[in-house]
Amino acid sequence: MSTKTMKVDYLARVEGEASLNIRMKDGTVKDVQFAVFEPPRFFEAFLKGRRAAEAPDITARICGICPVAYQMSSCHAIEQAYGVTVDGTLRDLRRLLYCGEWIESHALHVHLLHAPDFLGYQDGIQMAADHPMEVKRGLRIKKIGNDIVNIVGGREIHPINVRLGGFYKAPARQRLTAMLDDLKWAYDASVETIRWTASLPIPEFERDYEYVALRHPREYPMNEGRVVSNKGLDIPNTEFEQHFVEEHAPYSNALQCALDGRPYHVGPLARYNVNFDLLPKELRRVAESVGMKPPVLNPFKSIVARAVETAYACGEAIRLIEGYQTPEKSSVTVEPRASTGCGCTEAPRGILYHRYKLDDLGVILDAKIVPPTAQNQKTMEDDLRQLVPENIGLPEADLLWRCEQSVRNYDPCISCATHFLKLNRVEE
Amino acid sequence: MRHALPETEQSGGIVAITAARRKRTLIIGIGNSLRGDDAAGPSVARLLASAALPADVRIHEREGAALMDVWEGYDRVFLVDAVVSGAPVGTVHRFDVGEAPLPSARFASLSHDFNVLEAVELARALGCLPASLAVFGIEGARFSHGSTMRPEVAAAAEVVARTIREEVGT
Repeated sequence: MSTKTMKVDYLARVEGEASLNIRMKDGTVKDVQFAVFEPPRFFEAFLKGRRAAEAPDITARICGICPVAYQMSSCHAIEQAYGVTVDGTLRDLRRLLYCGEWIESHALHVHLLHAPDFLGYQDGIQMAADHPMEVKRGLRIKKIGNDIVNIVGGREIHPINVRLGGFYKAPARQRLTAMLDDLKWAYDASVETIRWTASLPIPEFERDYEYVALRHPREYPMNEGRVVSNKGLDIPNTEFEQHFVEEHAPYSNALQCALDGRPYHVGPLARYNVNFDLLPKELRRVAESVGMKPPVLNPFKSIVARAVETAYACGEAIRLIEGYQTPEKSSVTVEPRASTGCGCTEAPRGILYHRYKLDDLGVILDAKIVPPTAQNQKTMEDDLRQLVPENIGLPEADLLWRCEQSVRNYDPCISCATHFLKLNRVEE
Repeated sequence: MRHALPETEQSGGIVAITAARRKRTLIIGIGNSLRGDDAAGPSVARLLASAALPADVRIHEREGAALMDVWEGYDRVFLVDAVVSGAPVGTVHRFDVGEAPLPSARFASLSHDFNVLEAVELARALGCLPASLAVFGIEGARFSHGSTMRPEVAAAAEVVARTIREEVGT
């Protein structure tokens, strides 16, 4: 009888600080902990007393790689509370901004953070020496995503142009149309990336996930939709908290979320499985030709799903820009009232839920933020509970590497996961 | 939450462009001016922008992977960034990039992105290094939002600015 503990003290190629602890006894996994040690950041606490109009800017600081997601979820939540609808050109502009974020986040993750695992490189730099063309391609796609965020959002990191009701200043049409050649290149490069990621050595692994994503009647989801799953969930975002509950595990500074008590899976693979029919026909054809016909239950294929979404976002950006006319007004009027509202949008890593309670002057009385990485934590751990015994024959260093690669399937953003309100410590 | 920065100081903006046709020397101060010792790079850039050197000067607040785009077309490049390696605060590390790889493993990354030395090695792997590249790393310790630069770091920034001014001015 032997007990063994394997640890990765500091997970590399993930955003933020976390470690992995796996305790084994007699070849079975006794305990798995994805332990986030990045300090908690208390955003929900210091949002209280701030004005609602500040929420998009404040919450954007939760994350340096997905600030647009925070701005969108907070705007939609507060607009829902105030009974405001942003549609037409301004709605398209928000969707375009989100396309930019998906493109840059996915391109970085696919090429520099995750692909090295599949090809056996310790990091993206070593991979770049042998695969310079692919890495340069990824960096150029990423830059094009950054350029969209820069033009529409006013700044690449923590955009300054987003406000309740729309934007401070909508960009002139010619600034956007100037991007079309680059975006057409990026679309083709992303389709190449779909084929490239699908050709990588992908570990065999499957689980029967509950995939949770937004579902919209007409479009692959970004800003709007009902919250649905592949196992029958179908609710408006106003019912989110009746089903999704966050708990604090003692070993982690990040909350973990459950759906009616069950773990679930959000992110590109979830969106892909739930919304495949809403992808353009050409992309569906390419995806199916490389073995991505849904249901896709292998989480290591998330790298291909990210490539598909990158291509989708490039194509969608082209469509939105071609149809864009500079609007007369950059935002609609927003009047505060005592109310509660929620917003749920699709960040690159999965659904991001915000809920605000506001007083009649538009001051925030209470805030709740549930980021995608918090929602994926139980599933990340459950993957390892199955993965480790299936790979127990590997040398320990390789086994640990496979575990890290598995965590990186979720492209975790730990800065987001540690934003929450209260830290409950249990000292034993 | 929005700071109305003058045009010349926007993130990634050019702090000083020489009046004549763009010269082939570029000085890049890397870092976030609002995060304590991470202001080291930008403060060197600001010191040099007013020095009327035959060089372009930029502040770079974005991730390391984008540096290759910034220095494209320049022959001689100086990078200045805050680093963390455990050396005493204010220590100036200088690396003249040649054949040998930089000791990037000794230096921490402040985010999930590449630290400046890793960014250089990525550029080398992709064949995107300028003909001449010198990296100055100023050892910092305090990077919390809203904090100021430690005096040792500010002093080191002056030293680095003087060194670059002497090398470029000739």
